[in-house]
Amino acid sequence: MPSEHRRRTPEELLLEVQAEERAAVHKGYLKIFLGYASGVGKSFRMLDEARRRRERGQDVIVGAIQPRVPPEVDSLLRNLEVVPLKHVDGGSAIDVDSILGRHPAVCFIDGLAYDNPPGLHHSTRWQDVQDLLNAGIKVVGSINIQYIAELREQVEKITGKKINETVPVAFIKSADEIEIVDAPAEEPIERTPQERLEARRREQQLSKLRELALVLAADVVDQELQRYLDEHGIQQHLGAQERLLVCITPRANVQEMIDSARIIAERFHGELIAAYVNQPNLSPDDRASLEEKLEMARSAGARIEIMEGEDPVAAILDFARAKGITQLFIGHSQRSGMRAKLRGNPVDRLIEQSAGMDVRIFPQ
Amino acid sequence: MGYAAGVGKTYQMLAEAQDLKAKGCDVVVGYFEPHSRKDTIEKAEGLEFIPRRKVSYRGGVYEEMDAEAILARKPRFAAVDEFPHTNVPGSERAKRWEDVQALLDVGINVLTTMNIQHLESLNDQVWHLTGIRVRETIPDWVVQQADEVVMIDLTPRALLHRLERGVVYGREKAERAMRNFFRESTLVALRELALRQAAHEVEHRMEVDSPSGDDAQIPRKAHRILIHVTPDPQTAALIRRAKRVSDFMGAECFALAVESSSDLANLPEHDRDSINRHLNFARNLHIETRILEGEDVASALVDFARRNEITQIFLSRPPVRKWFPVFFPSLAQKIVSLAKDMQVVIVSDRDRRGKH
Repeated sequence: MPSEHRRRTPEELLLEVQAEERAAVHKGYLKIFLGYASGVGKSFRMLDEARRRRERGQDVIVGAIQPRVPPEVDSLLRNLEVVPLKHVDGGSAIDVDSILGRHPAVCFIDGLAYDNPPGLHHSTRWQDVQDLLNAGIKVVGSINIQYIAELREQVEKITGKKINETVPVAFIKSADEIEIVDAPAEEPIERTPQERLEARRREQQLSKLRELALVLAADVVDQELQRYLDEHGIQQHLGAQERLLVCITPRANVQEMIDSARIIAERFHGELIAAYVNQPNLSPDDRASLEEKLEMARSAGARIEIMEGEDPVAAILDFARAKGITQLFIGHSQRSGMRAKLRGNPVDRLIEQSAGMDVRIFPQ
Repeated sequence: MGYAAGVGKTYQMLAEAQDLKAKGCDVVVGYFEPHSRKDTIEKAEGLEFIPRRKVSYRGGVYEEMDAEAILARKPRFAAVDEFPHTNVPGSERAKRWEDVQALLDVGINVLTTMNIQHLESLNDQVWHLTGIRVRETIPDWVVQQADEVVMIDLTPRALLHRLERGVVYGREKAERAMRNFFRESTLVALRELALRQAAHEVEHRMEVDSPSGDDAQIPRKAHRILIHVTPDPQTAALIRRAKRVSDFMGAECFALAVESSSDLANLPEHDRDSINRHLNFARNLHIETRILEGEDVASALVDFARRNEITQIFLSRPPVRKWFPVFFPSLAQKIVSLAKDMQVVIVSDRDRRGKH
């Protein structure tokens, strides 16, 4: 492991504590199989893992199965212990009490995004799953990208279908492991031009969902990586993700920077941050212009960071290094005040000192 | 596509070949590397194999895929393992991906396998993540030609478990692997890279394939990227990075060297070789190249950029100097101060200092 072992700073210690706290959110262990459509084989992949675990001698049960299962899944289920869903008025739910009483080592839940019928302790299945996790049971569950609460609007726009039952993305991100079940969309057999168009449209829909699923999985993996590095006290960014930092000043021509940054962040599925280093004695005009620019960045989806620092260049570079920024966006400098003369032109200084990241300089 | 050996790429490929066969399609296995993995070998049972070709080279005998035999057999589908493989010298084509191109050219459909670390444009990032400079790379345009890219995923923990149980490699090789490439953090990082690449591949195909009409995309502002080629060894990383950005932004990409004579005759031999190698490398990545005559490199480069409506210039980061950068500006600083009407991107090498 590339690492530097040395005394930890208070910030690093805090990170470690936070990492431990995160791990303590639930005692059990959560693994999620994520798919982008029904029929890609999530259930099979997941229950095949149940089979393998059982063959290795683990105490495995299945706590939820889908209402309809294909034959290959059915034959897997025949060799597994299933705790049937509890049927009550208005629907069904996993039988939490029976599973807790049985207390297996691993419980498989095929389909995490279900609402429970009214009158039960929790209103959704994923909350029941949290109870299992808190009791120290390892849970392996499956879900489709369609059913992530935060993506609902996007998914509804893609598919044109209303989504009712969802799971919050935080629950997905709390997973210790995630595995994506990626399979190409089946090639449709088209006959009439109308059918061909329909097939193409559906293919496009599936591709968009697939992209969403891959990016969510990558985000979860990124967190996992960060967690691993924090837990091991490793101060290094193993950047698989692009992180863009746009430097905002009151006089900068921010529009082009923000537009480019937004496009690059979208295309690379990266993170976008806009930073401003607090300057004392800003004129009211500059203050207003700054607010406008920060708002511009915010509406482009950037996270805003306001920093303190007597030397803006140093503050930006410190922040960029700490966050593992891969691309820094700045405007061509035009000013050459006393300060700039003493320390050198800020753009030149950034170019000289920005080892490990790209610097993108914009026309003003 | 996977992120490491042992995630199940070959298995998945053979499973798909079996599905095709079950549907009555004419499918052969063109090349298959069993790595003595039981499940994989079982999955290959019942499929038609094209025997490997034996090639003698420097006293050894090597086995390669017999592309000519597959071409002669002309099946509808061929499964070909290890896409980035380099053929033994003296083979018809240098690379397996070139063999695959030959199969595609006559209308054979190909299923193949590769790991993310073999993608050319990620070479520097992979080196940064793993400390390993991958030599067998595939230009991005080759992968972009694929009609479909599927991510074969497995959690690093499960992969390490497979490795420990000896499913992937023999015991000794497994232990060595776990100390190097197969460290958990490395695997997690490579996996993230692969997932993001897979998302990009899906998105790219969607754009190419987008049915015109109601959801046609608003055309993006056309970007034109210019890469400054020098003898500096960092230039290879610069070219990869610029090409990757250009692919992701849908921009056009050019590579330019500025020297006092266009035949590079004034240069020391070593520099001349380096520039030619870098230009050749760019051309292999499908980048248009040019050598421009000029004494003042910065102004010649910026003039060229303006004449050719370049919107972004990509340069290598100059080495850190301790003394008087204000009075003796580096080339990058000169270009930055001349090209205030366009974007200038200073690309940093992803160095591995403090890592081992």
